[in-house]
Amino acid sequence: MVLIRDFAIQGAQMLLVLTLAPLLTGFVRKVKARLLRRQGPPLVQPYLDLFRLMRKEVVLADSASWLFRVIPYLVFAATWVAASLVPTFRTGLLFSWSADLIAIIALLGSARFFLALAGLDVGTSFGGIGSSREMMIASLAEPAMIMIVFTLALIAGSTQLSTVAEFMASPQVGLRVSLGLALIGLVMVAIAENGRVPVDNPATHLELTMVHEAMVLEYSGRHLALIELASSLKLILCVSLLACLFAPWGIEAAGAAAATLVVGITAYVGKLAVGGFLLGLFETSIAKMRVFRVPEFLGAALMLGLLATLLRFVSGSF
Amino acid sequence: MTLTVALACAAVLLALGVFAVAIGRSSAATRLVYGASMIVAAISLIAAAMQLLGAAEPLRLTLPLGVPWLGAHFRLDALSAFFLVVVDLGAVSASLFALGYGEHEEVPQRVLPFYPAFLAGMSLVLLADDAFTFLTSWEFMSLTSWALVMSHDRVPDNVRAGYVYLVMASFGTLALLLGFGLLAGPDGLYTFAQMRAAHPSAPLGALALVLALIGAGSKAGIVPLHVWLPLAHPAAPSHVSALMSGVMTKVAVYGFMRIAFDLAGAPVWWWSVVVLAIGGITAVMGVLYALMQHDLKRLLAYHTVENIGIIFIGLGLALAFKAYGMLFASALALTAALLHVFNHSLFKSLLFFGAGAVLTATGQRDMERLGGLIHRMPQTAFVFLVGCAAISALPPLNGFVSEWLTFQAILLSPQLPSWGLKLLVPAVGALLALSAALAAACFVKVYGVTFLGRPRSLAAETASETDRFSLAAMMLLAALCVLAGILPGLFIDALAPVSTALIGAHMPAQIGGQWLSIVPIAASRSSYDGLLVFVFIAISGTLAAAAIHRFASNRLRRAPAWDCGYPDASPATQYTAMSFAQPIRRVFGTIVFQARERSYMPPPGDTRPARLDVELSDPIWDWLYAPIVAGVLFAAERLNRFQFLTIRQYLSLVFGALVILLLVLAVWS
Repeated sequence: MVLIRDFAIQGAQMLLVLTLAPLLTGFVRKVKARLLRRQGPPLVQPYLDLFRLMRKEVVLADSASWLFRVIPYLVFAATWVAASLVPTFRTGLLFSWSADLIAIIALLGSARFFLALAGLDVGTSFGGIGSSREMMIASLAEPAMIMIVFTLALIAGSTQLSTVAEFMASPQVGLRVSLGLALIGLVMVAIAENGRVPVDNPATHLELTMVHEAMVLEYSGRHLALIELASSLKLILCVSLLACLFAPWGIEAAGAAAATLVVGITAYVGKLAVGGFLLGLFETSIAKMRVFRVPEFLGAALMLGLLATLLRFVSGSF
Repeated sequence: MTLTVALACAAVLLALGVFAVAIGRSSAATRLVYGASMIVAAISLIAAAMQLLGAAEPLRLTLPLGVPWLGAHFRLDALSAFFLVVVDLGAVSASLFALGYGEHEEVPQRVLPFYPAFLAGMSLVLLADDAFTFLTSWEFMSLTSWALVMSHDRVPDNVRAGYVYLVMASFGTLALLLGFGLLAGPDGLYTFAQMRAAHPSAPLGALALVLALIGAGSKAGIVPLHVWLPLAHPAAPSHVSALMSGVMTKVAVYGFMRIAFDLAGAPVWWWSVVVLAIGGITAVMGVLYALMQHDLKRLLAYHTVENIGIIFIGLGLALAFKAYGMLFASALALTAALLHVFNHSLFKSLLFFGAGAVLTATGQRDMERLGGLIHRMPQTAFVFLVGCAAISALPPLNGFVSEWLTFQAILLSPQLPSWGLKLLVPAVGALLALSAALAAACFVKVYGVTFLGRPRSLAAETASETDRFSLAAMMLLAALCVLAGILPGLFIDALAPVSTALIGAHMPAQIGGQWLSIVPIAASRSSYDGLLVFVFIAISGTLAAAAIHRFASNRLRRAPAWDCGYPDASPATQYTAMSFAQPIRRVFGTIVFQARERSYMPPPGDTRPARLDVELSDPIWDWLYAPIVAGVLFAAERLNRFQFLTIRQYLSLVFGALVILLLVLAVWS
């Protein structure tokens, strides 16, 4: 009985992130549009886009291989699994121990690895430029992320995300220098991971500066829908991660009664709204940087992560 | 029993080498030699695995070989058995691969005699229990592999590769010889048992450790002693490249571990500082070198350097924890390093086999002339993809497990009391994370440029799938990569006897835990379940595919590539390996390699082509080796004069030397 309930809650979390992901993307777009004094598309537009794309036929390039057709499913699956392992409204879910924070990052790395391969598969110059730049960005973003994970793991004494989130929600965490550095670093990495302004612009097409959109240029129909859904999932994953680590209020402990589910979910949706609004606000108030300024941006994140880890190594009180 | 079997296998391999000289060029010789090598290696593999898994007591044997009054001592303990498993697994798969690949060999008479001898040499290094046998086998291994590197000596680069290899191998053996000399002491305690019982003093042990690091490290390919490796490994036939990169470097790791963990006495904390710093630098430099390459086999060889760095990081951590008596942490770090030894031997062999298959099919090693091979060689492309994903440390494959364990060991290190280590370990952790991320970029480049895209040459366009023996060997290794990724607990538990023997503790038993997950320390601290992650990805991917095909659309139409409306039919407009690495070259290469790009754009009206020149310099060759080479040449030039003296000058030289010797003697006493 308990097992069935736990299964149900784990399943609910998986469906929750999947259904909320396009909404968050739509919400960020709406916030940006309103800040620019535009009406903007309706909130549900990403869902409509996804359904339209899924019903369309796929136009596949002549030189595309079987790998090109498999990759959207792989990318979607890896991102979805990663997103459902991040605590949203409740910690200690049934399968939360199957992959810790390092493994979640590596799962995102797997998705990126295959997407970059897809960019090279058709053999066009746009796909190549996207893949090459994506891997350059990842080569700095991933170590920065790992250093931030080190900091969090050393503070909480665990790399298990559920345990870390529970520790963050407990009063013993307090204000720490290393936590502040990790927060700034994590926000910078999250911006780069999701290809948001100032690192990349999710709204551009036909520009040499674009990264993610260039990589998936050859995709169409249901394949494109899955990739769009995966990038929405990645956004919700990053916001959930920031929320469960740095704003753990309202998150339920493992054994909480089923009746309090509503509280947890409401708090989670509220946090997503705040996160989405802040992201929209940030994106409208800053200009996109040149591609070769990105290494400096991410280098700063890496240094912040390294500094935070060093502080933790030097003394437990930082 | 198992030791006798292993020794008998080595003897049979040696005899096979001699036999191969006799049968020489005949057409059946290739099949006979590789087939027999495979069977013998498989028998040896079973014996070694029985010894390791049975966790039996170490076996000893003394044979009346070698120097008459010394004899040759052999011993099979857990450490030797583990490395023997790695060597024999590599040997079985390489022999299987060569059953097909060897058919294309132009000069089989220069490969066949040395191949089994090389396998025997590696096994004997692992079984040796005295310094004399160890060094003899070590040199035998070096020389046979050198002969294999030189088998295609008409290729100009190979001669230089062989020369550099020979110089570095001699240098490495010299360092090992001095190291064993120090451990043996003035009484000449040349067996390992006597060295172990002698408990060397701390400074002596430290000196022996440094010499072992130089001697074994030069064979393993640690920076800055790696220079021969990217020259020699690709020069050999591909199945030998796989053995040299995947297996022989591991024999060198064994040599280092035997001295550092077993013979040199109790470790001191600063030993680990040296090993960790070298490991971190080796990891990042190796992958950066690899990223700058566009020769497929040389890139893989450089990438071996990176993985050796990761292994040494694990070993350094194990030394540090051991020095402070934190035995469980030490066992964790050691297990991580050993697991990476095993994993790397799997995927690096697989990738070299794939490179060999591509070489047979197209005659090309240069990635800039390949492309689109996934259409022409679908099965090779699939197994090569598994290898690329595994070496890039992607879950749920095996490369990720060993890197994850290394990260877990790093996270235990704030408890180390020493300040030097407190500052060094986070930096090494950052280097490890950086090298893992760069490795993923490197293998996107390898796979994307070689197998994906459109063919860049006629050879790539008309390639055909490789033979079934080669495919079988690659599929065997790919299956093992997946198995070790989703059931890592099996392999971690098998390593327990090794870490018990060297450290005195081992990781908690993993099999029997919840859902086959691995829990290195405690469930609340960290756990990872490759099987579940694999199942989750498989289920959600299949569900998505089924749902979309059932409820939405499954129509598909082929059309020319979109490419923003400007598709170009010429394959030259694709991204190449050089252009793929350009952003990374610009970010890291300008500092590390002083990369300079010069572009020349002719003025309008001029019909000359535009040019882009990229200049890279190798800092280690320029700053370390070039001065040494210049110094040696300078000294040789000076000493050369002594060959052209008159008889009077020679006599006065002899007289002068005599007087000086007498004076020294007089002052001495």
